[in-house]
Amino acid sequence: MSDLLNLHQVSAGYGDAIVISKIDLCLQPGESLAVLGRNGTGKTTLLNTIIGVTRHRGGRILLAGRDLTAARPDVRALAGIGWVPQERNIFRSLTVEENLTAVARPGPWTVERVYEMFPRLKERRANMGNQLSGGEQQMLAIARALVLNPKLLLLDEPTEGLGPIIVEELLAAMRRIIQNEGMSAVVVEQHAQKVLGVTDSAIILDRGTIVHAGSSRSLIDDPAPLEQHLGVTARKKPRQAAIH
Amino acid sequence: MPADPIAKTAVPPSTADFVRRSLVRKGRWGVAEIGFWAVAAATLFLLPERHLILNEIAIIGLFALSLDLILGYAGIVSLGHAAFFGFGAYMAGILAKHGFADPLLGLVVSALAAALLGFVTSFLVLRGTDLTKLMVTLGVALVLGEIANQASWVTGGADGLQGISMGPVLGLFEFDIFGTTAYAYSLTVTFLLFIVARRIVVSPFGLSLRSIRDNPLRARAVGIPVNRRLVAVYTLAAAYAGVAGALLAQTTQFVSLDVLAFHRSADIMLVLVIGGAGYLYGGLLGAIGFKVLQDILSAWTPQYWQFWIGLILVVLVLVGRERLTDKAKALRPRSRGRLAGQAKVLPTTTAGEV
Repeated sequence: MSDLLNLHQVSAGYGDAIVISKIDLCLQPGESLAVLGRNGTGKTTLLNTIIGVTRHRGGRILLAGRDLTAARPDVRALAGIGWVPQERNIFRSLTVEENLTAVARPGPWTVERVYEMFPRLKERRANMGNQLSGGEQQMLAIARALVLNPKLLLLDEPTEGLGPIIVEELLAAMRRIIQNEGMSAVVVEQHAQKVLGVTDSAIILDRGTIVHAGSSRSLIDDPAPLEQHLGVTARKKPRQAAIH
Repeated sequence: MPADPIAKTAVPPSTADFVRRSLVRKGRWGVAEIGFWAVAAATLFLLPERHLILNEIAIIGLFALSLDLILGYAGIVSLGHAAFFGFGAYMAGILAKHGFADPLLGLVVSALAAALLGFVTSFLVLRGTDLTKLMVTLGVALVLGEIANQASWVTGGADGLQGISMGPVLGLFEFDIFGTTAYAYSLTVTFLLFIVARRIVVSPFGLSLRSIRDNPLRARAVGIPVNRRLVAVYTLAAAYAGVAGALLAQTTQFVSLDVLAFHRSADIMLVLVIGGAGYLYGGLLGAIGFKVLQDILSAWTPQYWQFWIGLILVVLVLVGRERLTDKAKALRPRSRGRLAGQAKVLPTTTAGEV
């Protein structure tokens, strides 16, 4: 099977600074990947490089065999990359519905379908983006990425700064998108416990390079790499209900 | 055949259907809008002695509408929008002077010429900060103004383009000295172009412009071709401004360097500040406010009316028009639900709810 996403020796950064260096990464269709690491290790930069908003310093980025290394961010989005940024960055002066219809593209993820996944958004569809809570903004950011009908979904710390109830709601949605619907995804997360139950595989970044790569299950069963590189321990036996 | 076949099926609507329905909902005219245009049409019969100033208002309203398309919707600031207005005016005037006196032909040619100018210069405003854009747009208008001044063999230079004689509108309605035909003509053109603009701003294209204004980087990352959209709306707005200029040239049958002057660009910015940007009616209401204020103040104090206009501008900016209009809105029931379809606007969620 050909790779959905293939990063070959990719280096990138901002200005003169190189933040990620010689990253090699492959993702199969339907596969999901957790990107773990401490603050400032290049997790967000990795996603920003995939969507094309960093300064490219070397290597190649291919999506479904198509070389996107030199492509503009809008071309990459149209090629099938959906991005949910850390800051959410929803369009404040547009209503919830306008945020979705402004970018919606044909495909299985329709506006009605994302409303079904996030009923709160349907309730608030006439509210402006700046009238939403942080959790609702995050739901909208995910919904907006889904209605683009991407081949690959990039989620940058989707649970950052949100309350536990909203986090559970978002994790349930992510499980549905990734595990039930088979959407390929790269999820950046500082808190390994939250994301390892959702993704198939995981990498750990340190100083802009991959220092560990393996399956999520192996990290749950043997959290030594997490302790070594993140200084945290993942739950050894996560609740089954939380995974499925 | 059912009016809406999708409603008859159990299949969830596709994205295209959803967007189409959303467009239809947003495209509906409200009572206030219909009232506004009905009053505008009624002035044709009720205020016959004011047709000359009403004609000016309709033209300024269209000009401000064109600035609103780029400033209010796409976030492109401009201090040189008169470049397109003046270019359109000269095109219409020169055409008429050389025997092509049909007003509609003049409008079309002026629109195309201004659009071409807008397209070419749009690439200058794609990059840089707001200050850069202000300077670039101002510079383009100054350059055009000087070209018009130097090319007196075609523009009439400082003396202006004289000897313009317009044919009747649609071959039927001659321009009269009371400005009745002129006002009916300008109002009709403004109304038709308003309908087009209204359709555009509620379309996905219009939404994408507002997305770009809110956050260009994010807009790019969700697949919106930012530069192409900005070029498109800048070109469109230039065409609108060109038509406004052509209307002025045709209805006054005179074009001078004044149409390219800096104060035209500044005035139109002022009009938009008075009326408010980003909802199309701001330009029209601002034009009414500006001309009425100008009329009243210049009659009251012919020497110092600009002082009072300036003072009102300062007050508007400092106090904030939104603060004034928000208080007015608070006095009447909210209509946002209708504007956004059937959905009800819920109160803002507080942080404590999450």
